[in-house]
Amino acid sequence: MSHTESQTSRPPGEVSEIETDVLIVGAGPCGLFATFELGMLGMRCDVVDVLDRPGGQCAELYPEKPIYDIPALPDCSGEQLIDNLLLQARPFEPRFHFGLMVEALNRMDDGRWRVRTNDGQCFIAGAVVIAAGSGCFSPRKLPAAGAEMHEGEGLLYAVRERERLRGKHLVVVGGGDSALDWALNLHDIAERLTLVHRRDRFRAAPDTVNKVRALIDTGAMDFRAGAVAELVDDSGQLSGVRLQGGDQVVCDHVLAFFGLSARLGPLTSFGLDMHGDHIRVDTERFATSLDGVYAIGDVCWYPGKLRLILSGFHEAALMAHDVKRRLHPDIRHVFEHSTTAMKEHLGPR
Amino acid sequence: MQITVIDRQNQSHELVVEPGTRSNLMMMMVDAGLPVRAECGGSCVCATCHVYVRQAPAGALSELGEDEEDALDLAFEPGPDSRLACQIPITDACDGLKVELAPEWP
Repeated sequence: MSHTESQTSRPPGEVSEIETDVLIVGAGPCGLFATFELGMLGMRCDVVDVLDRPGGQCAELYPEKPIYDIPALPDCSGEQLIDNLLLQARPFEPRFHFGLMVEALNRMDDGRWRVRTNDGQCFIAGAVVIAAGSGCFSPRKLPAAGAEMHEGEGLLYAVRERERLRGKHLVVVGGGDSALDWALNLHDIAERLTLVHRRDRFRAAPDTVNKVRALIDTGAMDFRAGAVAELVDDSGQLSGVRLQGGDQVVCDHVLAFFGLSARLGPLTSFGLDMHGDHIRVDTERFATSLDGVYAIGDVCWYPGKLRLILSGFHEAALMAHDVKRRLHPDIRHVFEHSTTAMKEHLGPR
Repeated sequence: MQITVIDRQNQSHELVVEPGTRSNLMMMMVDAGLPVRAECGGSCVCATCHVYVRQAPAGALSELGEDEEDALDLAFEPGPDSRLACQIPITDACDGLKVELAPEWP
């Protein structure tokens, strides 16, 4: 599905500012539905997410798993849900900014918020909505001795420059789609590629698994069942891995794919009133302890909170109405059902 | 009915379960305030409710399903006794079950 996207790439150090009505932190189901609710009330949204695509947990953890508790959708996959939410929000043209993590939140003299991200991109927004779920996803680290020391050079958790791996001995660790996709993608250019996984069964797409099996069967790729115990070092450079059990595999790079883990990260330093790992909100407006900052979805907490997608949708609607009152206090606030409100966006049916 | 959970500081916690409770071990541990992240909320995908089974009375555990085995690929240092607590339904047969919380991902 296509969606408006701005990938920010500026010279380092240069600060760019985007003004918007509402900045939404998190492009999971609740963040996406918030763009619809806010859009229907006439507000413009920008959305940032640390991942490189929309969907949050639905896209990262369970794109193909069925979800059964979305009202009026007896059965849909995480991916279908996200595609539909993007489609629903499209009339309001939310602007997406992927690969960005919010680092700082500062209140300006005029009551708006200035939000800074990790690459320097700044947003000025009348309201900020935190829909960050369980937090920022980052790769799970290889639990092996010496891993920290080689991270970024010998040990990689993502492939940014494929050409750097040409002609190298590679070890790919993991048994899911990422590990197998990269094993297929890199085995052509690698001098030798060894796939290491804890068992002789892979949980990737059947077609991918078949291709990898064929390469292993013909000897074009090596497979070792087990786990990496230690990264072997030769005067500061990675020279191989030692597997549990003692065997060594010579390599120049290890690529580890154990999926993602969520951490709240910088959100905890914004001065928000927290309840454990969650942001405390009121259940009338979904406002946090900071004036003009809201929290919805899995990240928020109130008595009786259920971490359901449908609860996040309800929270988005109430939040949107309060944001409208905040940004347009002079306009008499009239409630409209979507049948009426959407007419000017979609035309009469 | 009693279930024992050993935390990451090697402290033992007794979960007292009322007869007729319909829940799973992950939920019971979260409710008891034990440090279980349970990131996916029990969907059997994140493996952050990973436990090592130290003692399992007969019939306490179901067979390891394909879903759970797949999710265990993402567990931190899985072993032969590894299970996901969200996939352990609480039944009367769980009386005497003893598990240890696996280390968290760094």
